[in-house]
Amino acid sequence: MAFDSLADMIQMGTHGVYVWSTYGISVMALGGLCLGTLRARAQLKRQLKKRYQRELSR
Amino acid sequence: MNWTWFHKLGSPKWFYQWASKWATKCVLAGLALLLIGIIWGLVFAPADYQQGNSFRIIYIHVPVAMLAQSCYLAMGIAGFVALIWQMKLAPVFIKSVAVVGAIMAFIALLSGAIWGKPTWGTWWVWDARLTSVLVLFLLYMGVIAIQNALDDQVFADKAVAVVSLVGVINLPIIKYSVEWWNTLHQPATFKLTEKPAMPAEMWLPLLFSALGLYLFAAGISMWRMQLEILQRERKSKWVKQEVMADGI
Repeated sequence: MAFDSLADMIQMGTHGVYVWSTYGISVMALGGLCLGTLRARAQLKRQLKKRYQRELSR
Repeated sequence: MNWTWFHKLGSPKWFYQWASKWATKCVLAGLALLLIGIIWGLVFAPADYQQGNSFRIIYIHVPVAMLAQSCYLAMGIAGFVALIWQMKLAPVFIKSVAVVGAIMAFIALLSGAIWGKPTWGTWWVWDARLTSVLVLFLLYMGVIAIQNALDDQVFADKAVAVVSLVGVINLPIIKYSVEWWNTLHQPATFKLTEKPAMPAEMWLPLLFSALGLYLFAAGISMWRMQLEILQRERKSKWVKQEVMADGI
């Protein structure tokens, strides 16, 4: 460990706010990309399935 | 030389099924490596003797900046392929990767700005490196906007292929901006031909997070391409079978 305590790690001298906010934003952006992609794919599959079922019942 | 792989790549069905096998594995393996690299870099790597702890931003900043450039290079190659061979999958690739690349460029700019504040005393300067990466981000937004704005898919694919190909000029500008101009941004930390100037306990975590982000981006791009293929091939028989067999 490069730090003496948890508080020390969170503060990182005066740089904690810069470092942690960077990683927070990155996690949100990458997580949003991942979940957004999965959701869009599942949604399209559901839509197509509904359409195909309608065609079948006609 | 055996060219069957090249012809298979032209088939959306073949690619869709290949991606079904690999995409999730890529994302999960990528996330694991990314997590190892970032936790290692954030908690265990030693602080920099000049910058202190702010240098820990490197473990996300450098990987996303590499990805932002690699994605565009791949799009440029796909643009060339799309224009010369009219391969069906090439425009699908461009449209899908543009979103991934835009997110990477966005994080690169933001993490760079946040890193700049404690290091240079400013969030932003109009120097060559920062400006050329902003142009890269705008090129990505342009590609996304063209795809969203044009209803004629064939025309949109062509326009986007041209933008991708022409925009590649920006990549050497980004790469050499720190050498050609007197920039605030530092020159490259790593060169293929030289030993890294950092100790191993600093660059090893970076290797992990960079590799992890490449795998993550590859997996996400495959997911996005699957989405686009389903949309474009929705009238074909194999998509019907694929969707009806899916348990959603």
